[in-house]
Amino acid sequence: MKTITVNDIIIDWEENMNINVILQRMNYTFRMLIIKVDGKLVKKNEYESTIVSPGADVKVIHLMSGG
Amino acid sequence: MNISEMKSKHKLLKDYSYELGEIEKGYTNRTLYVNLSNNEIKEKPVTQLMKDKFVGGKGFGLKLLWDATKPDTKWDDLENEIIISPGPIGGITQYAGAGKSLVVSLSPLTDIVIDSNVGGYFGPFLKYAGFDALEIQGKAEKDVIVIIDGKEGVIRIEEAPEEAVDSHILAEQLTDMYAESDNKKNLISVVSAGVAAENSNIGVLNFSFYDKKRKKVRLKQAGRGGIGTVLRNKKIKAIVAIAESIKPDANHVVDIEAIKECGARFNKEMRELDDDQCRMRKEGTAHLVEIMDDYDLLPTENFRFGSHKDIMNIHSSVWRSKFTQGVFDGCWIGCTMACAKAVDGFELKTGPYKGDKVIVDGPEYETVGGVGSNCGIFDADYIIEANFYCDTYGIDTISFGTLTAFLMECYEAGIINKEITGGLELTFGNADAAIELMHQMARGEGFGVIAGLGIRKMKAYFAKEIGADINFLNDIGMENKGLEYSQYVSKESLAQQGGYAMTNKGPQHDEAWLIFMDMVNKQIPTFEDKAEALHYFPMFRTWFGLMGLCKLPWNDVEPANNAETDEPGKVPEHVQNYVTIFNAVTGLNIDKAEMIRQSERVYNFQRTFNIRRGYGLRKHDAQPYRAAGPVTVEEYESRIERYDKQLLENIKVNPEGKSTVEKVAILREYKEDMYEQLLDAVYKRRGWTKNGVPKITHLKDIGMDLPEVLEIVESLQ
Ligand code: SF4
Repeated sequence: MKTITVNDIIIDWEENMNINVILQRMNYTFRMLIIKVDGKLVKKNEYESTIVSPGADVKVIHLMSGG
Repeated sequence: MNISEMKSKHKLLKDYSYELGEIEKGYTNRTLYVNLSNNEIKEKPVTQLMKDKFVGGKGFGLKLLWDATKPDTKWDDLENEIIISPGPIGGITQYAGAGKSLVVSLSPLTDIVIDSNVGGYFGPFLKYAGFDALEIQGKAEKDVIVIIDGKEGVIRIEEAPEEAVDSHILAEQLTDMYAESDNKKNLISVVSAGVAAENSNIGVLNFSFYDKKRKKVRLKQAGRGGIGTVLRNKKIKAIVAIAESIKPDANHVVDIEAIKECGARFNKEMRELDDDQCRMRKEGTAHLVEIMDDYDLLPTENFRFGSHKDIMNIHSSVWRSKFTQGVFDGCWIGCTMACAKAVDGFELKTGPYKGDKVIVDGPEYETVGGVGSNCGIFDADYIIEANFYCDTYGIDTISFGTLTAFLMECYEAGIINKEITGGLELTFGNADAAIELMHQMARGEGFGVIAGLGIRKMKAYFAKEIGADINFLNDIGMENKGLEYSQYVSKESLAQQGGYAMTNKGPQHDEAWLIFMDMVNKQIPTFEDKAEALHYFPMFRTWFGLMGLCKLPWNDVEPANNAETDEPGKVPEHVQNYVTIFNAVTGLNIDKAEMIRQSERVYNFQRTFNIRRGYGLRKHDAQPYRAAGPVTVEEYESRIERYDKQLLENIKVNPEGKSTVEKVAILREYKEDMYEQLLDAVYKRRGWTKNGVPKITHLKDIGMDLPEVLEIVESLQ
């Protein structure tokens, strides 16, 4: 089974896996995110078009808010 | 009784005239002292040392309170004070969130210093009237109001027998009474509490501002630690500030253009980005409710769980539809974040104001979590009603929510029952029982009086009077240092456990909110990383309290290019705005590093203040186990996959074949050890001994080696 890593968690990879699919899979619903795939920044308007490959290291940095 | 009849019943106890003067570079260079025992009123100079070491706001409050009290002064002693200070940036109108007041007092809940940050117009008006801080000591014999007339240059203490005590009525009465005309009501701000503040330890101060658009008085709360209880104990009905006008450059800053430039950039971010980011202008902090639920962080049923199936009933879209939209909801002038949302025309269903249609300020996230989900109540109208009554009765929604949740768990565990509660069936989800508990608190009767003691004193009471198991109560009673926890589940974030229990005043998230950074992003995996975060963020966030600033505009909107910066979590552009603004107000020349130093001095002073009072050591930073892990079998089993995995991966113990009771015990031992290791790492980073005492070398390094501070810590090195 092919996998990717999201915030140090290993999850199954799937065909055409874009950023929105990953966010949905992880249930990451917070809106203030910084996303990097293998160290490269992905802008919000690129979430749909950015397809990740097996073995990718995805960082979804949640910023702080509230409080 | 009409307003003029009410006013005619006032009895003047003392008036004091003074020169109005000017604010220079953010400071008036004097404070106002009022003693209600002997009606003494005087001005005190602000020394250079005060500015250098304590800066303003909370720093001034701590310094004045230290000087005014003895190590054994109790919250209800004559010497205890309520100090309100806006800070040097407070009162500017060109950058969002610059109207906050910092309130400092000895707390009836914690027996140490409490500080609380609050909006409304009082702090700026106090400064416009000529004072960097107001210090109230002593106690009146009968109910009084203190009037700070910044128009005439007069301070008055007046007995005021006829006005209401509950804030929503009182603030309106006094606004009507002291405003020159209807269109000058916005030049009045009132500080008040309410009847439940008299009968409980969880009293708040309400700070008013007049909403010209709605033609209504609005209330913002200095919520934590029972300062409203201190107010009523001093027999203060209200403190009124009257301003001559709101001048855009009342602070006489050094470089107004620099502030305006920062403000314009910030306002553009709000206009262009808020709808995609936090939606503060439409939902306020309530935008967080379902997000916290999604990440298993929304406390439900006394922090046992972090999410609930009925979340849709209290979802942010519900609040958005209840909040009046399209009006400017800033709690100080110029705040384009405008998150002080309100429900208009809400018809009350219970209590002394049943049937009245009222404006309700909020609910904010903390209130939804506190009186709602944490009590298992997923009913928006109840939450609004509880919000209203907490405010007008003058009690803290966070403490009320957390202590009610504690009582509900005690009830369901059979520790208390109807006989003990006087008939209240305090099961999770029972909104009728919860609101009746609050009304009892307001009336000072029944089980409401016990509840109003706060969790720490209730635990002792239940152990002593009904033989409850104190260990279990200590595990589930969500308090540290005597203050009730605010509304985030910290079980899966060790850093946040520190962010709560290593605070100076008790577990309020305003020092550090690290859950995402720690639990979700995994950005701070080592103890050293966590310690660095538990140094930087509490110091950084302390700075808002020195200045008279609101923290929300720092990171509830972020510049479009924030992601491309080195440390996006710190929002570097906004940090630079604050440095620029401080320098532009005062003419000084600090940088980001000195900003942290300014806070460190005050933070260490506050820690030392706690030590001086017999607290502030390692043992006082202990947390209830519920904040770290599952106390009960039911809790463990509700997240069994997660906890079993932790046993296997973190502790290298195979969960198979073990009973849940055994697994709870193994996990607990591990989590408790982790917390002790965190304490070591954080104390080291903060320059403290293993017992949590500031080291003399560190105090010298940061320039806080004042003789009175060294005297306290010397023997504890
Ligand atoms: S951000 Fe919200 S709480 Fe802060 S000053 Fe503005 S309106 Fe008030």
